[in-house]
Amino acid sequence: MIVELGHFALTLALAVAILQMVVPMIGAQRRDSALMAVAAPAALVQFVLIAIAFAALMHAFLTSDFSVALVAKNSHTAKPLIYKIAGVWGNHEGSMVLWVLILSFYGAMVALFGGNLPDALRARVLAVQAVIGVAFLGFILFTSNPFLRLDPAPIEGNGLNPILQDPALAFHPPFLYAGYVGLSMAFSFAIAALIEGRVDASWARWVRPWTLAAWIPLTVGIAMGSWWAYYTLGWGGFWFWDPVENASLMPWLVATALLHSAIVAEKRGVLKSWTILLAIFAFSLSLVGTFLVRSGVLTSVHAFAVDPSRGIAILGILVFFIGGALTLYGWRAPVLKAEGLFAPLSREGALVMNNLLLAAAAAAVFIGTLYPLFLDAMGGPKITVGAPFFNMTFVPLMIPLFCLVPIGPLLKWKRSDLVAASERLMGAGVAAIIVVVAVLAFQTRGPWLAALGMGLAAWLIAGAFFEVAWRIGLFSGNIRESFRRALRLPRASWGMAFAHGGLGIVVAGIVGTTAWRQEVVTALKVGDSAELAGYTLTLEKVGMRNGPNYQALVGVVRVTRDGRDVALMLPEKRSFPVERQEKTEAAIRTTGFADLYIVIGDENGQGAWTLRAYYNNLAPWIWVGGMIMAAGGIVSLTDRRYRIGAPNRARARLAAQPAE
Amino acid sequence: MTRKQRRAGFIALGLGIVGIAIGLVLYAMRDNIVFFYSPTEVVEKGIGPGTRFRLGGLVENGSVEHTGPATIKFVVTDLAKSVTVSYTGIVPDLFREGQGVVAEGAIGPEGVFVADSVLAKHDEKYMPPEVAKALKKSGRWEEGQMKQDEGKGAAQ
Repeated sequence: MIVELGHFALTLALAVAILQMVVPMIGAQRRDSALMAVAAPAALVQFVLIAIAFAALMHAFLTSDFSVALVAKNSHTAKPLIYKIAGVWGNHEGSMVLWVLILSFYGAMVALFGGNLPDALRARVLAVQAVIGVAFLGFILFTSNPFLRLDPAPIEGNGLNPILQDPALAFHPPFLYAGYVGLSMAFSFAIAALIEGRVDASWARWVRPWTLAAWIPLTVGIAMGSWWAYYTLGWGGFWFWDPVENASLMPWLVATALLHSAIVAEKRGVLKSWTILLAIFAFSLSLVGTFLVRSGVLTSVHAFAVDPSRGIAILGILVFFIGGALTLYGWRAPVLKAEGLFAPLSREGALVMNNLLLAAAAAAVFIGTLYPLFLDAMGGPKITVGAPFFNMTFVPLMIPLFCLVPIGPLLKWKRSDLVAASERLMGAGVAAIIVVVAVLAFQTRGPWLAALGMGLAAWLIAGAFFEVAWRIGLFSGNIRESFRRALRLPRASWGMAFAHGGLGIVVAGIVGTTAWRQEVVTALKVGDSAELAGYTLTLEKVGMRNGPNYQALVGVVRVTRDGRDVALMLPEKRSFPVERQEKTEAAIRTTGFADLYIVIGDENGQGAWTLRAYYNNLAPWIWVGGMIMAAGGIVSLTDRRYRIGAPNRARARLAAQPAE
Repeated sequence: MTRKQRRAGFIALGLGIVGIAIGLVLYAMRDNIVFFYSPTEVVEKGIGPGTRFRLGGLVENGSVEHTGPATIKFVVTDLAKSVTVSYTGIVPDLFREGQGVVAEGAIGPEGVFVADSVLAKHDEKYMPPEVAKALKKSGRWEEGQMKQDEGKGAAQ
């Protein structure tokens, strides 16, 4: 009964979405406020209906209702509660329901908090949002219905892929989706602006918080995914340039570019059509990502069901939105006129560089990810484009970008001179040089490039610190005055400092892990030891342990250093009888500056167990830095400028304009 | 500078960065692409030692043996031809006899394929698409499927 209710709610949501797509759009074209007023309540109703459908699905999973085909296929009574919840989106159908739930949530947010938007813009934004909703609700109902029943119902379910039974991965999809789908807001704003043929400062000011609201969970989602790959795949790496990882990185790169170009569009009235184009690309890449991981063209834990009709349906949706948006752009973008002028050496100029480098990097990742698929589809040879390709294309584009990060915020709008900026950059420059020299002096192994990498990280971190320090006059000697100014500093400035500093921490983590990692692969009998980075690892015991729905082979490894006891580490290899799969559980001991990482393998037939251990310098910084970047985004989002100011001006301007 | 010159400057800058990006991509494409071969292709093309490639197929039943403390040797087959692979390290969780595997590395001086990474990524059908394709190409797809089922049975 509840399941049918959910199915009905989802169908009704599609009907409401169609209404929300058509009526407000007509209203906005005719300037009919009664028709436009349909948008907000429709968006709210659509959200409530999809929430009911999602809740019904959740209920089926929690009560292990195996008469529902999806639950029987992906759940099991012995599964811990958290994975019953995560099981809702740990499959194709459920994850699509989560997708539309988040989509309609953003729509509802615009309906609730978009009161300061001009009526026509709000109506058009919600209508475009509804077009996306219609496409995906239709996709769910016609090709991936999660509410199909089984008759007779099986007694027990198939369980969830063990690789997905992990706390970080359980909540990785909701974050990633909140980011992917959040970019639909920027897209809807861009399309609405193209239809209106008008982009002004207030438009850019509305787009910024919505893009930021998508960028934050996207950053968290990527960091969580990378962390999961680090501790569960057993390779000790944090990024594999796997197509599914790239699928999330590409929208992130473009969203980051969009965040920066929207600043220029808001403050200076230039780069308008470029900003619109980025908004279109950011969401298009989210759709490409959804297509890549959902259509089964890639094999990974993400490719749940390989059903050609679904792949073609998503491809159709993809072509419709990207093609339609770009056509509209080509037709309407020339209407948008730039207002301001600026010199190459100015903050605008720096932000243009930022955008060019980020866009070029996204394009390089795009080519590397899709070229093998393209070649295969054309009947060419099977090839793999791996880490070396991306290291050679992505990294050279990032280095100049990172060099620019601390400089950009110090430049003035319109026209700037380097002398004033370089005075303020002195602190960061000195910090970077000290780090380079120190690393060169103390490093005993690893490439000399590592020193430059660490210098770049110091440049970013110190640059973020000194930028704030200068603005609050930290070195003027008057602490009280500085404190007062720090309190008055806009939240957006704090947010920027955190985001740029966090980036520096990520860079330090990546350079440290890549350049100075130590590794040992060996086979140990019980009682044997291995040496790694000054630690002695002794395999004391190997035993079995029973988990809630698995059995684990546990290696008991005593870690000592110079005869002193450091830790007892317990790497596991779990086997899941229901799913008939195995899963490695690395033991990680972190000091905050380095990780000791141990994986246990199979018995080698001679009474010894294979053991792989890594010593990863600065590895934790990668994820800590990522979280600091996301925190910077949150701080920035609370800036009061986003809530007040611009709308009134825009409304006045709208009233002054003659009707078309 | 006039407005026009400025615009030209920005366009030149943009094209410059795009040019650099294209150059990097083309350069990287030349050296860093790894081809995927089935055992039959390896034998037919006569791929010699030193060339990096990905080898995909099924792990032959009963072929896995431990040759060193942490080194294993196994045979990858597409049921027409087969190639012996040696790998030092921990095989992935999904590595199993009779099931699909993809190994990356190069043929060593002794004619054995020395893998530096072994992937056993696959969907619920226990078959990487590359391997499925290779098997279809060698005309042994049906047989491979049956072997797969045996493998699954054995794993129970």
